[in-house]
Amino acid sequence: MHKKDLSLLVLILVVGAVVGFINPRFLLAGNLSNTANQIGLFGIFSIAEAFVIIIGGIELSVGSVIALLSVLFIDLIVNHDVNWVVSFSMIVAGGLVIGVMHGLLATKMHIQPFVVTLCGLLIYRGAARYYTEDATAGFGFGASFPMLEWLTAGRTNVFGFPLPHSVVALFIVTAVAWVVLHRSVFGRYLYAVGKNEEAARYSGIRSDRVVITAYIICGGLTAFAAILIAMYTRSISPAVHGSFYELYAIAAAVLGGCSLRGGEGSIFGVVLGTILLQVLQNLVNLLGIPSSLNFAVMGTVILIGVLADQYLVQRRRRAVTAKGRLQANIAGPQLERASAE
Amino acid sequence: MEGAFAPSRFSAASGGAVNPRMSEPFLELVDISKIYPGVVALDHVSFSLSPGEVIGLVGENGAGKSTLMRVLGGVVEPSGGIIRIDGVERRSLTVADAINGGIAFVHQELNLFDNLDVAANVFIGREPVYGGALKLVDRKRLYAQVRPLLERLAVDFEPDAPLAELSLAQRQLVEIIKALSLDARLVIMDEPTSSLTLTETGRLMRVIAGLKADGVSVIFITHRLNEVKQCADRAVVLRDGHMVGSLTRAELTPAEMIRLMIGRDLKSLYIPPEAPPGESVLEIAKVVTQTYPDRAVSLSLRRGEILGLAGLVGSGRTELARAVFGVDPLRGGSIKLDGEPIRITTPRAAIDHGIYLIPEDRKSSGLLLDVSIAQNISLPDLASYLRYWLVDTKCEIENACRQRERLNIRAPDVATTVDSLSGGNQQKVVLAKWLSMRPRVLIFDEPTRGIDVGAKQEIYDMLRRLTDAGVAILMISSDMEEVIGVSDRIAVMHEGAISGFLDRSQFSEHNVLQLAVGHKV
Repeated sequence: MHKKDLSLLVLILVVGAVVGFINPRFLLAGNLSNTANQIGLFGIFSIAEAFVIIIGGIELSVGSVIALLSVLFIDLIVNHDVNWVVSFSMIVAGGLVIGVMHGLLATKMHIQPFVVTLCGLLIYRGAARYYTEDATAGFGFGASFPMLEWLTAGRTNVFGFPLPHSVVALFIVTAVAWVVLHRSVFGRYLYAVGKNEEAARYSGIRSDRVVITAYIICGGLTAFAAILIAMYTRSISPAVHGSFYELYAIAAAVLGGCSLRGGEGSIFGVVLGTILLQVLQNLVNLLGIPSSLNFAVMGTVILIGVLADQYLVQRRRRAVTAKGRLQANIAGPQLERASAE
Repeated sequence: MEGAFAPSRFSAASGGAVNPRMSEPFLELVDISKIYPGVVALDHVSFSLSPGEVIGLVGENGAGKSTLMRVLGGVVEPSGGIIRIDGVERRSLTVADAINGGIAFVHQELNLFDNLDVAANVFIGREPVYGGALKLVDRKRLYAQVRPLLERLAVDFEPDAPLAELSLAQRQLVEIIKALSLDARLVIMDEPTSSLTLTETGRLMRVIAGLKADGVSVIFITHRLNEVKQCADRAVVLRDGHMVGSLTRAELTPAEMIRLMIGRDLKSLYIPPEAPPGESVLEIAKVVTQTYPDRAVSLSLRRGEILGLAGLVGSGRTELARAVFGVDPLRGGSIKLDGEPIRITTPRAAIDHGIYLIPEDRKSSGLLLDVSIAQNISLPDLASYLRYWLVDTKCEIENACRQRERLNIRAPDVATTVDSLSGGNQQKVVLAKWLSMRPRVLIFDEPTRGIDVGAKQEIYDMLRRLTDAGVAILMISSDMEEVIGVSDRIAVMHEGAISGFLDRSQFSEHNVLQLAVGHKV
C-alpha cells in the first residue's frame, strides 16, 4: 500500500473515531450498513472516473450518464418487460458505446476531453428528461424482480452485520481494477500514457487505443453503477438523478492521489477517497451540522487534503533535486556543448 | 569586391567609408570570456561594431555564437572582459541595459502572440493608454504609431492583420519592426533565414540593407555562408569559443570562412570494427518527410556499421529519423529491411521490425521521468514479461539489473526513479530499453548530448560492441568530433537532402562542413 493511501486511511479512522465519540449512533450497525451501501455505489463510478483521470483525461458526464441509463433500465424492465439479464447487458453495452464515442472524439477528433464530456453531460441529461417527459420513472405496484433486487440492493447478514451487496460489487470491481491497473500490461500503458504520452508513443505504445479503452472502461463501469443506483433508489426523477455525481467521482479520485495531469493514483486511494467523502456526509447528518453545509464541508476537506499533499510533494521534490545535484557533482563537470553555445 | 556580387542593390549602404556614421564604433566587446564548469564557451573574444555595420557571425555548432549574443542581450553574464556601449564600460549587461543600449533580438523561435494582431504584438506591454487609472488601450494611437514602421520596411501586411495569418517570414518582419519601435541601434538575428524561401530571403536581405542605410547595425548568425558574402560588411568567425578571424568585404569568401571555422584538434575516438560491414540491412529509398516535402532522401545502412548522419541544425536529420521510426507519416518513398519492403506507420510497427530510435530529447520523448529504471526499461517490451497474463515484476527487475550491469548504469538500485540520475545514466537507461530486445537497426539521435566525458566513451564502446554483434547504427550527431571520431561512414544532409557520403579516407572537418553548407567536396 502506498504511503499516501496509508495516510488517507489514518485520516478516515481518525474522523470516524471522532464522530463515533461525539455521536455513538455513527457506530450502529444500521448506520454503518447504510454508509457502506453509499460507499459501494459511489465507489464503482469513482473507479470508473479514475481510469480516465489516470490517462490524463476527464469525464464530466458521469452523473448524466447515470440518469439516462437508469431511466432506460427501469423503462426496459418495467414498461417493456424485457428480461432483466438482457436489460442489464443492454445498459452496460450502452455505457460502453458512450465510452467509445468519448474516446474517439478525444483522440481522433482532437477535442479536449473536458469539452467532449461537458457536452455529454448536457446531452445525456437532456435526453433522459425528454425520454420520460420529465416524469419520475419507477416501479409500479406489484412490479417485482426478487432476484434482481436481491442481487443489487439486497443485504446479506455477515456475523450480524447487514452487508449491502453494493459493497460486494465494489469489492469485486476494486479487485479486478487493482489487477488491471497495478499488475497488467494495460495498466502500465495507462500510467505511461498519462505520465508522458510522447515517451509512451516512442516506446511503441499505441496511445490512442489506450486512451479510448480507458473511456470504454469508464463508460461500462458507470453503466453498472447506474443499474445498482437505480435499483437502490427505485424512483428516478431524470432532472436531478445523479447530478453532481461526476464531482463526487473526481473528488474521490483526487483525494485518492490521482493528479488531473494524469499518470498518478491508485485504486486503493480512490476507494479510500470515496469512503472519506461518504463518512463526511454521514458526519454532517449525525453531528447536527445543517445539511445545507454538506458540500461546503466536503470542499473544505478536499482543499485541505490537496494542500497538504502539495506540501509533501514539494518537500520530496526538493530532496530529489538536492540528491541529483549531489550526484552531478560526483560525476564531475558535465555540460553539453549545445547549452554552452 | 567579388565579381559575382551585384553591387547595385547594396552599393549605397555597403560603400564603407562613404557612410560617415559608420566610422565611430558605439559598441565594443573587449576580452569577453565565459567559462562553464568544464567548458570554455568564450575565450577572450573582442570585437567592435559601428553604426550601420552589418556583421555575419559564423562558426560550427558549439563554437560560442549564441553565448556571445546572449552576453550582448544581457541574458548571460560573462566571466571576464569589458562591454563598452557609447564609451560607458560595464562588466556585464542586464536585459534592461541591453534594451536601453538599443540592442534588440530577433529570435529563431519567434516570441510573438498568435492571437493578437500585428500592432498589438509590436507594442505588447507598452500599449498607448487613455482613461487615467482605467488604462484602456488607445487603439487609434497604437495603429498610428505602428503604420510608419511598416512603411519604413515596405511590408506587405496591415497593422491590424492577425498574426496567425502571417507567414513565418512576415512574422520575422514583425519582430524586426518591434525592435525598431524600441529605437534599436543593433538588431541581432539568430539564423533568420533558416526557414525562409529564396524570395523571402531576398526580401530580408533588402530589409537588412534598409536598416543599414538608416544607421542601424545588424549582427546575423547564419550557417549559410553565401548570405554572409551577399550582405555583410564583415564576417566574424568563432571556433571553440575563440575569435579566429574577422574578414573584411574583400576577404569574404565561403572558402575562407570554412578555412577559419575548422581546424580544431579532434581527439581520436575511433574503435575499428572486428569485421568489415556486411550487406545492406536498411534501405531508405526516396523518403520524403513533412518538413521538406520537395526533397527526397535515399541511403542504405549496412550490417555492422556506424553511419554518421551529419549536417547543420535544421537540415532534416531528426525529421528523417522520426519518419523512419513511424512517429511522423512518410510523405513518400519506401523503406526496405533485409531486402523486404516494409510499411511503418507507427513506432510500434518499427519496433516490431527491430528498428529502434533513441530520441534527441530523452526527457520528453525517451523516458518516464518519475518512474523507476526497471519500469522504463521494460516499457516497450512488456508483453515478454508476462506470467499468467500479468507483468512478472521479478523478471522485470532481474532484466533491469542485468542491463544496469552491462551498461554500468550508476544508480543505487533499479527501483530508483530516472529523474534523479545524471544525463549520462539517463541515456544509458534509454539505451537499455532497446538492448533488452533484439535490435537490428538502431537510430541514435544525438547520442551524447548533455553527457559527461566518461559516459560518452562508455556509450561509444557500446555502439561498437553492438555493431560487432551485427546491429546497424545510424548516428545523428551535430558534434563534429563525434561524427568524425565514431562513424565508419558519414552521410551529410543539407536542407532536407543528402549532399554527400564520405568514407573514412575522406573524413575531415573541411569535407563534412563543405557538404553541410551545400557545397561539393
